[in-house]
Amino acid sequence: MTGLFSEVFLSALLFGAVTAAIPLLLAGLGEQMSEKAGVLNIGIEGMMLAGAYLGFVGAFYSGSLWLGFLTGAAGGVAVALVMALLCVRIGLNQIVIGIALTLGLEGLTALLHHFQFSRSYPRLPAPNPTVIPTLADIPVIGPAFFKHHLIVYLAVALVFAMGYLYRRTQLGLNLQAAGDKPAALDVAGIDVIRTRTIAVLSTGALAGLGGAYLANVGAGLFIPFITNGAGFLGIVLAMLARGRPVWVLFGALLFGVCLSLTTAMQVAGINIPTDVIQMLPFLAVMIMLVLFGRRASLPAALGIPYERGAR
Amino acid sequence: MSNASSSPADDIVTLEGVTKRFPGIVANDSIDLSIRPGEVHVLLGENGAGKSTLIGMLSGLQQPDEGRILVDGRPMPIASPRQALALGIGTVFQHMMLVPTLTVAENLLLGGPWWQRPRTEELEARVAEISKSLGIAVKLHARVSELSLGEQQQVEIVRAMVRNSRLLILDESTSMLTPQGIEELGALMRRLVEQGLAIVFITHKLKEAAAFGDRISVLKLGRKVGEIPPERFRALGEQEIISEIVELMFGRQKDDPEAAERPVASVHAEAAPLLQVTDLTVAATDNAPGLSSISFDIRPGEILGIAGIDGNGQKQLAEALSGQRAAAGGSVRLEGTAIEALSVGERSRRGLRYLTDDRLGEGTVGTFPVSINFFLKQVGAAPFWRGGVEQRAEIDRRAAELVREYDVRTPSLKTPVARLSGGNIQKVLLARELAEGAKVVIFNKPTYGLDLANTLASRQRIRDAAQSGLAVLLISTDLEELLSICNRIAVMANGALVGTVANAEDARTRVGRLMIGLAA
Amino acid sequence: MSIDTAPTVNATALDATSGVAARRDILRRLLMTLGPILAALVIAGCILLAVGVDPLAYYGYVLEKGLFSPLGIQQTLTRMAPLLFLAAGLIVAFRAGMWNLGGDGQFLLGAVTAAASAPFFVGIMPAWLALFCAFVIATLVAMAWSLVPALLRAYQGVNEIITTLMMTFLGTSLANVLVKLFFRDPGTTVPQTRTLPVEDRLPRLFDTTITSGLLFGLAAIIIVHLVMTRTAFGLKLRIVGANPRAAVHAGLGVPGLTIAVFAISAGLAGLAGAVDIIGVQGNVRADWNPAYGLAVIPAVFLARMNGFAAIGFVFLLSVLSIGGESAARRLGVPNHFTLVLVSIVLIVLALAEYVDHRHNQSRKA
Repeated sequence: MTGLFSEVFLSALLFGAVTAAIPLLLAGLGEQMSEKAGVLNIGIEGMMLAGAYLGFVGAFYSGSLWLGFLTGAAGGVAVALVMALLCVRIGLNQIVIGIALTLGLEGLTALLHHFQFSRSYPRLPAPNPTVIPTLADIPVIGPAFFKHHLIVYLAVALVFAMGYLYRRTQLGLNLQAAGDKPAALDVAGIDVIRTRTIAVLSTGALAGLGGAYLANVGAGLFIPFITNGAGFLGIVLAMLARGRPVWVLFGALLFGVCLSLTTAMQVAGINIPTDVIQMLPFLAVMIMLVLFGRRASLPAALGIPYERGAR
Repeated sequence: MSNASSSPADDIVTLEGVTKRFPGIVANDSIDLSIRPGEVHVLLGENGAGKSTLIGMLSGLQQPDEGRILVDGRPMPIASPRQALALGIGTVFQHMMLVPTLTVAENLLLGGPWWQRPRTEELEARVAEISKSLGIAVKLHARVSELSLGEQQQVEIVRAMVRNSRLLILDESTSMLTPQGIEELGALMRRLVEQGLAIVFITHKLKEAAAFGDRISVLKLGRKVGEIPPERFRALGEQEIISEIVELMFGRQKDDPEAAERPVASVHAEAAPLLQVTDLTVAATDNAPGLSSISFDIRPGEILGIAGIDGNGQKQLAEALSGQRAAAGGSVRLEGTAIEALSVGERSRRGLRYLTDDRLGEGTVGTFPVSINFFLKQVGAAPFWRGGVEQRAEIDRRAAELVREYDVRTPSLKTPVARLSGGNIQKVLLARELAEGAKVVIFNKPTYGLDLANTLASRQRIRDAAQSGLAVLLISTDLEELLSICNRIAVMANGALVGTVANAEDARTRVGRLMIGLAA
Repeated sequence: MSIDTAPTVNATALDATSGVAARRDILRRLLMTLGPILAALVIAGCILLAVGVDPLAYYGYVLEKGLFSPLGIQQTLTRMAPLLFLAAGLIVAFRAGMWNLGGDGQFLLGAVTAAASAPFFVGIMPAWLALFCAFVIATLVAMAWSLVPALLRAYQGVNEIITTLMMTFLGTSLANVLVKLFFRDPGTTVPQTRTLPVEDRLPRLFDTTITSGLLFGLAAIIIVHLVMTRTAFGLKLRIVGANPRAAVHAGLGVPGLTIAVFAISAGLAGLAGAVDIIGVQGNVRADWNPAYGLAVIPAVFLARMNGFAAIGFVFLLSVLSIGGESAARRLGVPNHFTLVLVSIVLIVLALAEYVDHRHNQSRKA
């Protein structure tokens, strides 16, 4: 049992937790923005897949991880554009279109991957970490938290940037109004459709980035269905976080630790099915909901398309 | 143009031959209107007269199909709410347009350029200046959901001022206010026009039109049927103006149709009460006041009115009686039997009926056909369901009867009820709640938002119900309504009954005194 | 939360009865459905062309293998059995306005329960009773699995989308744990449950390989449809779905109805799993998850939550997936293409409905 808690093991475990948490964090932050503005984005899994595929393609052909992140985000935005057109502009049912997009992108990315990479299964080289001086030398914590790719620190910084955005800026006010009382935003002279479109496209960018990270940094390759429900986890995180980005971070880390633990236990050769550990975060959240389940404070107009003049 | 004495150049906004069509109806038919600084221009008309559509076009929510709108004498399409604001047109809508989860300050800041930081200090200074000159105070840092409707309305007026509006449109702004609140709004409007603003004041109450207006335009079925310009307005007395308006609107009666006779006291004082409420208490929640120790009796044939400012617990009282809201204590007896522990459905089956004020929100299922909506509270009951199976023929037969009996104007029994007008939806609700077995009926604001014809018809239904021996609890914020049909009027404030007066000659003053916190 | 179901539900149209108008309406709906499907086939064909596959050859092959070959049609009809149960469960939930997105977890737990209990019961009682008992237990387990989301929604107002999604993740893992740790067949090296002998499974129809589960599935969805449209219970659920506040006002016991909806919906999903195991698979392998639950949601939406239309769409879905699986082996087009096709059909159909709606409105004006 001593091996289980050795320094190396612990820091590897935490390192893995951060790696696993980042896609969830980005997806959760993205979903949160859509939901704040009143759009329930079930298509986020599809956006992540688009991001993962295009992110991988971009990084693979250009040789640059950053270009990969860019193409990944662009892929997410492309899918979000469809969502924005269908659900925000012309007001189709958000659950129907969201599920359609998720299924469609699952199929499409698997199909493209099959014709492109299924013989070679190419891998990307391991990413160069950005080592934060001095902090990285702290035992256990240093290698776990301060030897990641630069994008990881940026993602964490984004949490606080989003918090600032929601509480302190005009755009934050507009987003909240678009979700809670869109008609009030409209008569205040702000275009509700445009505000929600901005939110959905940002969701696409964040989800796409999350997908790209998953493929390029987390796995180093693209495989069909690589997101494996990460988008849906993002939805869960966003709804539980009640509009606060920091809570998304905490939630993502909790899930990340459990995901990392499953890998670690396999490596350590411990004979418990990984499924047991995979259940832990959900179990924790469900128990929390049962114990403290108050009315979820979701935006009043969540899921309802806005039409000017309709009551 | 209806008014040749001054040129359109004086107008802030001029409408020329404006027409707007919706599927099946012409909402506005070639309307001319001139709106000037320093004037309260009253737009008067019944529901469906086209007032809201007109406001929609002035505030940029809708575009005219024909005709043109001139701003400062120049043709100027108002393509969006943003443009309306930029042109100096501010609107206070009938349904409040504030975000409940944001603070007052944040609501006032809404609409600034998105890349900017909200300019809070600037706003505070500006609001202080405005509230000083208008004599109203707004709590900038309170959350809107914590404000009363009257306070919210003041916030909306301040918002229009913050945005330098030259034209302020008030859409049915008095429907949620107390008599005192209405007086205050009237005085506020006067101060605003004295500062050089133009005000468009929409109402369907004749008295308000006569009391607050400088100029009155009367709309009827989408057309403008007449205008009383300021010169003529000043020359006439209140009663003369009212009878002139009535003539314009209805073309028949000469006096105020709302001023009906006092009810005939047909209550047998010795009869046992049908409904006895003793010390009914409800705990307050985040967004609703509680009830403290409410007690009253209603005898067969009696109409007890509940007066009071909206939001003082009237809805909570109705819901606690109907069983929709849990009571913390006290007893409710129907014909002497305690019912406070029974469910909503069971109370209804025993004859306690609740006609809600929220017709589409909870009274009906908008997408369901008219026929089914008649029986929403009887789902599963014979003869409309047998062994749990729907008896469609039976439902349609009875629904057709009710449609005739209550004069519901509907294209067919299958029409989704939400497509009917408010008045016709109310008839469906009346038919449902007064259906066989009713003993006690609670009416919550039964004429809110209805036009005059439907208001009068609804009041007659309530009188008839009492005549036939039912006990009636009538909750209303319209004092005239209560005075015209109740036997007794109780006044509610802060979740308690502060007094009850018999509806005699002096009832108006006594109820008024109770409402402002004095002894009757 | 409130989700606008306007584009998909039209309660009044379902109550339409008058003959001619109804027939014209059905014809229009058929047209409105087939047109978009055709358009979707064309769009998806373009994708095939882009990856260098002849779309006509592909579609022809899918139709042949999924519909026109004796073996294919039998496989298709067999595949329909679990999908019909799932669709029936979703119809109940969606019409009552409850977004049970936890179908896969409920399905898998039903499947594992059936796989674990059926071989055991077969050993101690007559086969028909054994299968019956296995069905009942599978249903009960799936129902129990929905209890927490149901209670949270009914009494705490906790959004069921998150809770059912979480329960489906949990259920998927739990099913694996059960297979690997508790019900593992000691006789095999791969982790899987004991296999139900072919002769003890649900009988096949006549001389075909079609499972009789198909008949149960058809019965389930038709009963659900009739209950939802013709009975007081169904009307109550539809009131809760269309306007929950009106349901409270009308004196309906909303919490009780909510729990009933979840129980029925999850129970049917559990039955779907049991039917698939007892009728077709015979055992559950570890990490087996066909994800039927998510796949059926589009079919139910496309059918506008009408039971009879759902049968048609489930059939279509089965043809596509069986044909697609064959095509994957022969033409080298992965069967994931079916997902793309379904997704495009869904989007084009939703668009067509929108355009039709707008057209109607402008005609009335």
